[in-house]
Amino acid sequence: MAVKRLGTQTVKFGNPPSIKGFYTIVGPKEGDGPLSKYFDLILADDLWGQESWEKAEIKMQEECIKAAINNGGLTVNDINYLIAGDLLNQIIATGYSARQISIPFFGLYGACSTMTESLSLGAMIVDGGFADNVICSASSHFSTAERQFRFPLEYGNQRKFSSQWTVTGSGATLLASGGNGPYIKYVTTGKIIDAGIKDVNNMGAAMAPAAVDTLLYHFRDIGCKPSDYDLIISGDLGHIGKEIVIDMMKREGYDLRSMYTDAGVEIFDKDTQDTHAGGSGCACSAAVFNGYVLKEIKKGKFNRVLIMSTGALHSTTSVQQGESIPCIAHAVTIDKKRE
Amino acid sequence: MEKLNKKEYEKYVEGKIPKPTYVKNIIMAFLVGGFICTLGQFILNYLQSLGLNESSAASFTSIALVFLGSLLTGLGIYDKIGKIGGAGASVPITGFANSIVSPAMEFKREGFIFGVASKMFTIAGPVLVYGIGGSVIVGLLTLLFKGR
Amino acid sequence: MDYVKAFIVGGLICVIGQILLDNTKLTPAHILVSFLTAGVVLGGLGLYTPIVEFGGAGATVPISGFGYALSQGAIEGAGTKGLLGAFTGGIEAAGGGIAAVILFGYVVALVFNPKTKD
Repeated sequence: MAVKRLGTQTVKFGNPPSIKGFYTIVGPKEGDGPLSKYFDLILADDLWGQESWEKAEIKMQEECIKAAINNGGLTVNDINYLIAGDLLNQIIATGYSARQISIPFFGLYGACSTMTESLSLGAMIVDGGFADNVICSASSHFSTAERQFRFPLEYGNQRKFSSQWTVTGSGATLLASGGNGPYIKYVTTGKIIDAGIKDVNNMGAAMAPAAVDTLLYHFRDIGCKPSDYDLIISGDLGHIGKEIVIDMMKREGYDLRSMYTDAGVEIFDKDTQDTHAGGSGCACSAAVFNGYVLKEIKKGKFNRVLIMSTGALHSTTSVQQGESIPCIAHAVTIDKKRE
Repeated sequence: MEKLNKKEYEKYVEGKIPKPTYVKNIIMAFLVGGFICTLGQFILNYLQSLGLNESSAASFTSIALVFLGSLLTGLGIYDKIGKIGGAGASVPITGFANSIVSPAMEFKREGFIFGVASKMFTIAGPVLVYGIGGSVIVGLLTLLFKGR
Repeated sequence: MDYVKAFIVGGLICVIGQILLDNTKLTPAHILVSFLTAGVVLGGLGLYTPIVEFGGAGATVPISGFGYALSQGAIEGAGTKGLLGAFTGGIEAAGGGIAAVILFGYVVALVFNPKTKD
C-alpha cells in the first residue's frame, strides 16, 4: 500500500532526507555572470587542461561529486548510491566520471531535468530506508552540447534570440538520512508533456507547459499555494519560458510574480553576456540550485523553496524526422524545517 | 491543466519570441556579402590582368576565396564574421569553405578518418550531391533538347 | 565600376538569404543548398547568365554562382562530348573549387583547434 503518496503525482516523505553537503563547479562565462560569488570553483577555461571538452566535462562532474561528499564530512566509502546524468549520448560524462568513483551507480537521462530527477529518486531511496547517504549530480558543457546537438564551434551561424546558452558546469548534492537540514519534504514527479513545439531554438516555449503541469499538480496534490514558498525556481526555461509560465499559471488562478524565477534567467546577464534567452543544460539548474539556492537557504534568506528542473527529451534524429519536442519537469520541495 | 490546444499555443509562442533585428540584419548581410563579392571581383580582375583567360581566372578566384574562408575559420575569425554578417557570410563561397572547415576542425579529436575526413561533409555533402547531381541532369536535359 | 556592380549584386543575393533566415525556419545549411540548386537550375535555363554579365563576381562568388558554374560546365560538356560530357562537364568546371575546399579543409583542421565561443 503506497502510504506516502499525495494526490496524483506527489510523494510526502515520512523521514525527510537532509541535504548534508553540496558543491558546484562552473566555466568561465558562468563565473562572469551575476551569480559568480555562489559557485565553489570557477574554471579559467573550459578545457581544464584536458584533451577534449568531453574529458573536461567528465573531470568537472567527478571533482564535483568528490567535493560534495567531502563538503558533507564523508568519504566515498560512506556513500550508498550515485544517481547522476548529463546531456551527452549514452551519458558518457557521468559514466566515465562514475568509473573513477566506486559507488553503486544509477545513470539517468532527463536532459536538463536531470538534477531534480536525481534528487527525487535519491530522496525516495533515503526516505524508503534503502540508503543512508546518496550523492545526486548532473553536468553539462557548452562545447560538448553544441557539437552533439547543434553546430561546430567555428561555424558562422547567427543564433536566434530565443536560443539559450548551455551552461558549462556541474552541481552535486549529498543526501543523508540523518542531519540538520535543509530537508527534502515533497517530490512531484512530472509526466511528459508535448506542446507541439518543433523549434529547437525555442526550448523555453517547448518546456513551459510541462513546468506548468507539474506546478499545478504539485499545488493541488499537497493543497498548498505559491505564497507558501519563499522562492519557486525552474531549471532552464529562460526569459521566454519564464514569461509563458507566469502567463499560463495566471490563467489557472495562480500569481507567481512575486516569488518565481528561473535559473536560466539568473545565471547569465542578458545585457552584457549575449546569451539571448538565457542559460540551459543540466548544469543550469544543478549549479544554481546547489550554489545560489542552498547557500541562501543556509544563510536564512529562504526557508522554503520549490526547485524544478525542466528537460526537453528530443534528439537530433527525432527532430530530423519532423517530431515535436516532448518535455518534463520534476519539482522538489526544500524546507529548512523538518516538520 | 486543460488539454493544450497545440495550434493556439504555437501562435501564442510566436508572439512571445523577440523579433530578429530585421533591418540591421539585412544591412549587415548586404555589406558583408557585398564586400566579399567585391574582393572576389578584385582578385578576378587582377588575375585577368596577369593574362589568365576568363575561365582559369574564375577557377583561381574560387580557390583563393576558399583559401581565405578556410584560413579565417581556422583562426577563429569566420564565426564572428558570420555572427555579424549572417547570410552575408554564409552565402558566398567563403561560407561554403567555413561549413567544411568548421566540422573538420571540430571532429579532429575523433581521429583523422572518421573525425576530420568524414565530418568535413556534414554540411558540404548536400551541396555536392545537389550541385553535381543537378549538373548531370542539366547536361542530360541539354542533350535531350539540343542534341549533340 | 564593376566593383560597385559586384558589391550590389552580391549584397542583394545575400540579402535574399538573410530574409529567408529571419522569416522562415530555414537554417544556413538549407540556404546554402537551395541557393546552389537555384544556381544550377537558373544556369540551366539560361536565366543566370545575364546576372553574371551584369554583376560579375557579385553573381559568381555566392554559392549560386558555384551552381551556375556547375550547370554551364555540364551544358558545355554535353555539347562537346555528348553523354560523357553531361556527366563530367559539371565536375570539371567546379573541380578547382571542390579540390581546394577538400585540401584546405583538411590542412586547416590539422593545424588549428576549435575555440569555444564567448
